Amino acid sequence: MFETSFSLNDLWFMLKGAGVTLTVTFWAVLGGSLLGVAFGLMRAVSPWWVNAPIGFVLDIFRSVPLLIQLVLANAFKSIIGLKWDPFTVGCVVLAVYTAAYCTEIVRAGVLAVPATTRRAARSLGLSWTQDLTSIVFPIALRVALPSWIGLTLGVMKDTAMVWWIGIVELLRSSQVIVTRIHEPLFVLSIAGLIYFLMSFPIARLGARLEKRWREND
Amino acid sequence: MSIEIQDVHKSFGNLEVVKGVTMTVEKGEVVSVIGGSGSGKSTLLMCINGLEPINSGRILVDGTDVHARGTDLNKLRRKIGIVFQQWNAFPHLTVLENVMLAPRKVLGKSKAEAEAIAVQKLSHVGLGEKLKVYPSKLSGGQQQRMAIARALAMSPDYMLFDEVTSALDPQLVGEVLDTMRLLSSEGMTMIVVTHEIAFAREVSDRVAFFHKGRIHEIGPPAQVIGAPQQPETVAFLKSVL
Repeated sequence: MFETSFSLNDLWFMLKGAGVTLTVTFWAVLGGSLLGVAFGLMRAVSPWWVNAPIGFVLDIFRSVPLLIQLVLANAFKSIIGLKWDPFTVGCVVLAVYTAAYCTEIVRAGVLAVPATTRRAARSLGLSWTQDLTSIVFPIALRVALPSWIGLTLGVMKDTAMVWWIGIVELLRSSQVIVTRIHEPLFVLSIAGLIYFLMSFPIARLGARLEKRWREND
Repeated sequence: MSIEIQDVHKSFGNLEVVKGVTMTVEKGEVVSVIGGSGSGKSTLLMCINGLEPINSGRILVDGTDVHARGTDLNKLRRKIGIVFQQWNAFPHLTVLENVMLAPRKVLGKSKAEAEAIAVQKLSHVGLGEKLKVYPSKLSGGQQQRMAIARALAMSPDYMLFDEVTSALDPQLVGEVLDTMRLLSSEGMTMIVVTHEIAFAREVSDRVAFFHKGRIHEIGPPAQVIGAPQQPETVAFLKSVL
């Protein structure tokens, strides 16, 4: 017979879903941030004819709903014969989506570093690269961190949409249990609590770094 | 050993700000540059260490053509320190780290060596007690002295000062001028763009009066400030004294 009440097995099933959510978030944020730093830097220092096309392409990824991107990408990879599993597709799409937002965050951070500060660094004999690594990046990081934390938290919740291409993450696993025991409020409350417990440390870490840096600046 | 400026022209777009300046600053000399806002004096300083390109003419530092294609500007800048109107502290680094950065990154000094240099320079400008503090905790005058120490840590042969007291509260001007007096008494070669006429008169070997992108008058302070020959100089001094 079916079990009709919430069991430890169900909780375990949801926690495994949460593990998938965290894993997808990790790859999406890692890939998206690396790409975002590269594109953001390019956008901050390039002439308009490099800048504009990058901006246009990234705008597409920011404007089209994530759900549509996931479904289209999943279909497209089959059409061109890529042997990616849905998990990879989910991570890649989310990473590109993250990169589109991260690019603007990085660009704004880099542009927030005063030109006079960079000029002072160059006047001491620092090369363009040294100026970037020793002066621009650390200052830009402080400017960009709050937005980046916000983006990460947002992406973690957006991972719920990979359910549509067949990945069982936290929300999907909750839905499975709801279907069986017909206790949506109870199950979703637990899912919400798990999302909160995953987000909270990241938000706190961000707040702590911000506070520490503000004491200095 | 000298900075030779030969018929330098510099424009921003259609606006020519330096219109054919020629002057030589010998090693050990202190030359003050005075003149109204927009007379091209700050721009000229930026051209001397290659922070701004020039349109024509030549600038030679110890015989090296600053704006020649093959010149390694990063290397050249090691011997030309510059301090700006805005002190431009690196806000994410402590006072000590601000000064250690260039010796470490550019000169490849070890951490201990760089720290020893930085401590010495910071003590020299009177900031020996502020090593571990972040720049935001310093007054404008202290930040400006830190900027001077930061430039000195590269052991430059020349120091350029670009209106370094203009952004300071009046009561903080004195401590920065004192630091510059100290440097000049030690024989540092300095080009000082300034509005502090009394200071220019006191420390300079020569004073150059800039007007509309040209040097209108140059000579010993007793002449240029004490007994100016040109009507423009007279009018300028009247307006600032």
